[in-house]
Amino acid sequence: MTFDTLLVANRGEIAARVMRTARSLGLRTVAVFTTVDERAPHVELADEAVWIGEGPIGDSYLNAEKIIAAAQKAGAEVIHPGYGFLSENADFAAAVEAAGLTFIGPDPEAIRLMGDKAVAKRLVIGAGVPCVPGYEGDDQSDAALVAEASKIGFPIMVKAAAGGGGRGMRVVQSADALSEAIALARSEAENAFGSGELILEKAIGDARHIEFQIFADGYGNVIHLGERECSVQRRHQKVIEEAPSPAMTPELRAIMGAVAIEAARAVNYRGAGTVEFLLEPSGAFYFLEMNTRLQVEHPVTEMVTGIDLVALQIAVARGDALPISQEDVTMNGHAIEARLYAEDPANGYLPATGPIDFWQAATGPGVRVDSGIQHGQEVSPFYDAMLAKIIAHGPTRETARARLIKAVHETILLGTVINSRFLADVLQQRDFIAGDATTTFLDRTYPRGFPAYRVTAPDIALAAALLLDADQARARAAAGYVSAEQLGWSSAALPLFAVMLAYGDEEIQTRALARPDGWTVWVEGNAYDVSFIKRSSGKVRARINDNTVDATVHITRDTAQIAIGAERLTFRRLRPGALDAGTIASGRVTAPMPGALVEVAARPGQSVSIGDCLAVLEAMKMQHQITAAVAGVVTSVHVEVGQQLSAGDVMIEIDET
Amino acid sequence: MGFVSKVVRDSDAFAKNRADMLALVDEMRALEARPVALSEKRRERMEARGQITPRDRLAQLLDPGMPFLQLHGLAGYCVDTDDPEQSVPGASLVIGIGFISGVRCMIIVDDAGIKAGAMVEMSAAAFLSAQDMALKQNVPFVHLVESAGANLMEYKVEFWANGGKLFRNLARHSAAGLPNIAVLHGPSTAGGAYMPGLADYVVGVKNNGMAALAGAALVHAATGEKANDRDLGGSEMHATTSGLVDYLAEDDAHGIKMARNVMARLDWNKSLPVRRSKEVQPPKYDADEIAGVVPTDYRVPYDVREVVARVVDGSDFEDFKPDYGSATVCLQAAINGIAVGILGNNGPLDPAGANKAAQFIQLCGQADIPLIFLNNITGFMVGTQYEQSGMIKHGAKMIQAVTSVDVPKITLYVGASFGAGNYGMCGYAYDPDFLFAWPNAATGVMGGEQAAGTMELVARAGFKRKEIDPDEAKLAAQKAAITANFTRQENAFYTSGRCIDHGVIDPRDTRRVLGFCLETCLEGRSRTVKPSSYGVHRF
Repeated sequence: MTFDTLLVANRGEIAARVMRTARSLGLRTVAVFTTVDERAPHVELADEAVWIGEGPIGDSYLNAEKIIAAAQKAGAEVIHPGYGFLSENADFAAAVEAAGLTFIGPDPEAIRLMGDKAVAKRLVIGAGVPCVPGYEGDDQSDAALVAEASKIGFPIMVKAAAGGGGRGMRVVQSADALSEAIALARSEAENAFGSGELILEKAIGDARHIEFQIFADGYGNVIHLGERECSVQRRHQKVIEEAPSPAMTPELRAIMGAVAIEAARAVNYRGAGTVEFLLEPSGAFYFLEMNTRLQVEHPVTEMVTGIDLVALQIAVARGDALPISQEDVTMNGHAIEARLYAEDPANGYLPATGPIDFWQAATGPGVRVDSGIQHGQEVSPFYDAMLAKIIAHGPTRETARARLIKAVHETILLGTVINSRFLADVLQQRDFIAGDATTTFLDRTYPRGFPAYRVTAPDIALAAALLLDADQARARAAAGYVSAEQLGWSSAALPLFAVMLAYGDEEIQTRALARPDGWTVWVEGNAYDVSFIKRSSGKVRARINDNTVDATVHITRDTAQIAIGAERLTFRRLRPGALDAGTIASGRVTAPMPGALVEVAARPGQSVSIGDCLAVLEAMKMQHQITAAVAGVVTSVHVEVGQQLSAGDVMIEIDET
Repeated sequence: MGFVSKVVRDSDAFAKNRADMLALVDEMRALEARPVALSEKRRERMEARGQITPRDRLAQLLDPGMPFLQLHGLAGYCVDTDDPEQSVPGASLVIGIGFISGVRCMIIVDDAGIKAGAMVEMSAAAFLSAQDMALKQNVPFVHLVESAGANLMEYKVEFWANGGKLFRNLARHSAAGLPNIAVLHGPSTAGGAYMPGLADYVVGVKNNGMAALAGAALVHAATGEKANDRDLGGSEMHATTSGLVDYLAEDDAHGIKMARNVMARLDWNKSLPVRRSKEVQPPKYDADEIAGVVPTDYRVPYDVREVVARVVDGSDFEDFKPDYGSATVCLQAAINGIAVGILGNNGPLDPAGANKAAQFIQLCGQADIPLIFLNNITGFMVGTQYEQSGMIKHGAKMIQAVTSVDVPKITLYVGASFGAGNYGMCGYAYDPDFLFAWPNAATGVMGGEQAAGTMELVARAGFKRKEIDPDEAKLAAQKAAITANFTRQENAFYTSGRCIDHGVIDPRDTRRVLGFCLETCLEGRSRTVKPSSYGVHRF
């Protein structure tokens, strides 16, 4: 089979990543996009882009019909689904095939089988794959589930059979909480996945999450590309992934790899897939599930094996036999990946949205950043909050880890809250360094959640100096003849300039004075001399008293966003003085000019919105609509039709709501 | 090759000069700090009224980090009281040229923290000087108003008579096409009411801003009407009823923001020609060394080129006629890339020196090159030989040239500036664009010792004529009294107190001060303004 045009039914980093390989193979690439994503890199990267909706995913990236139509319109013969969205939707895979196109992935049947956790589990048990003791029977009655649960023992996991990605899962500690958990999980599963079927699994406490990348070509050749460890998770969301696992031995890899291959064979698998296991300290391991798509964390496998998984997917989809055998797969060094999210780890990982005022992906030996964002875009609430993956490879795990920390520091997004500091902090935890992290690592490390950053006085001084420097630059640009030597100079002591900053909800009063070589900023009574040694397009090297700080900054009139190390700080400036009166709307409605009232529409007690007509005043042959400047309830009407008014007469009063 | 300094940085002389000069600078800074400290005492009271202090107003008004040249910082020093220890300089005003929304402006802030901002004896002189400078340099004028008016306890008829020029200047300023803005932070009564009255733009601050020809007390005295100040002249009334206030501000900071916005909306530099950019080399010799180069005692000679080398671009200059009239030094150089002609003194003006200076001044006039006069001049040479060689007519040529040359003139008193030498070197009466003194400067008709010595000789001649023995005790007392009187008045702080200069500067700031003044002059002369016959009337 040959094809020359590939459509990527996805967005963000994975769409960009798939296209890069497709282009390198000489394929024409087609993107699908929404209005929200108009300026996204995956659209720019593609040879052709087809608009498929405004923003909401149901009407765009999740809409199989639109995507297939887009492929037909653009002449694409093959569709790569990426991950998420329609990637594990058997109906979509079937529809693609039915439309005479090629779906990059396994047969719809394999997707369906592995997509139902109960079915999958029964299937792999049959193939001799060890599974977590549990229940995945047809009898879904409460009684049956409760009975099975007590057989398995607590703590126990209640999972949606159709679920994935951590959704529809809950851990039950004891028998008395079970009934309620079953009811909740069932309704959640029905809502989220359209099926209320539940399975039960013994909750494995201190285990590692180990997954094997497998590849099958549909001709009976199935290989594995080694494991990845993804134990650093929060609420079953992976945060850090690495290959190989620090806990792995060649013997165990051989055993688990063989089991993973068996699991794939059980569904006549084709293409890239991932078999997930829990590995206990004892060495015992259990099958969790099989994902029938390319995983988010596939780059760590690529970096240690040197194999381009997307290229391999395309080859298999084209009908090629696997060009490599198990013996050809070698693991070289170590790779670790960190997921960059638009979220606030210090605030319950609340997803964040906002502009991308500055974006820089780290570069360097062994560093790879897969991203799908660029400067000028918005992080919208419509899509996943994962913006990029930062991956570092090195000859040893320690080198990879050190490179990754540096890469996290140097991957900089300003404009929206991101989790850089959290990632860097995780990578520096003792248990992680030792390779001892299990799936409970994050909860144990941050029992009270990830702590918020406490800004330091030098941070504050730097922010104030940056804002003032921008003021100075604006003033100088507007000024006439002012030579550089004159800046920051005054022939006599000038009064200190008050700069009120806000960091989150915290208000910080600073005072500042310009100097020819920088600024002196007083924070809590201490003076900080800030000078800028080097400045160019967002990059600043500042000296703050005796310390030198390298920062990346984005400064607007009243905000200073600063990246220092892994910290991403946003300061707002609060300007002194009241707002312009024109911006303060009043509920007191007065006659704008002398005239006669021809109509009074407002009645006491009436609710009005901004812009509602309250009365009509006739003056100089013109009828003037008197409209509400505020929303609220009319408390009194002082005028009546026919009345002659003078300018300024109070007509109507509105109690603002 | 250029000029090579002969100053030895680690010499005892350098160390002594520097210590002496820095002690004088400290003294100057301490004087400047007096009104700041006094005014600061009113902070609490002003903040309780919802106001911010006058200096905080200035800080908010100015563009952060843009240069500021203070003017008349010592105005009134030793005028308010003879006691140098008790005198508070500043004349209840903060004056300077600074930047507002990128616009170079003359700024006057009433120091309402001192005697409620009431005008004192030297206030009008400093105010008028600043207004004249604004008019001459084509800069907008901004006044932050809060003044109790003239101090009736210190009334003198000539204050009132002269004070009228303040308002005349506002009218001239407006007519010259130079916008002026008044922000009414507090009261502005009686004549002061014409401060907003004659401003082109008036921002009035609610609750505190007030302008009336007579406050409630005077109204009651004059007509018996029992009025209240807010109805008489509150900003709210003026914004809605009289039309005097153009922009009504909620508070001080808001008012300042409005003034800044008005300034930004002028788009003031829209037609200013772009200056050809030049690469500017800082002086090779550190400007900071000036303090060690110059002896504070003007009787100790030094080469003025050592000062110039620490002021001009690249420490590089041409020496015009160095071997003719060599005590008078004429140099061609540049500051911040602006070509300048510099006159300095290594000794008295003799006929050759005066001729050379007159020619040099005319050459600069021909090429439109600004002139800088570094005064260290004890006078024109006296004596038969010099009179016979026409010292008077040669000096007269120099004074004519200085008077008539139509280029920016900046004068610095860096040492002595005595007698007609001061006139030849563009002293106060010759109306230089800018005139600053170093703290070691000594100015007057002559030095105190010469004056005392002259008077002693006259007295001794009298005794001789009357054929009586000189009363040595009386002579000594007379000598001491004359010396003390001259010495007191020749002091730079004293003369600056009388507003016969624009202020005293730190000698180490000389390059920046000159750079600022030159850029101000150049900008003012490059600007096309739209004068009108009557200015903008307030409707």
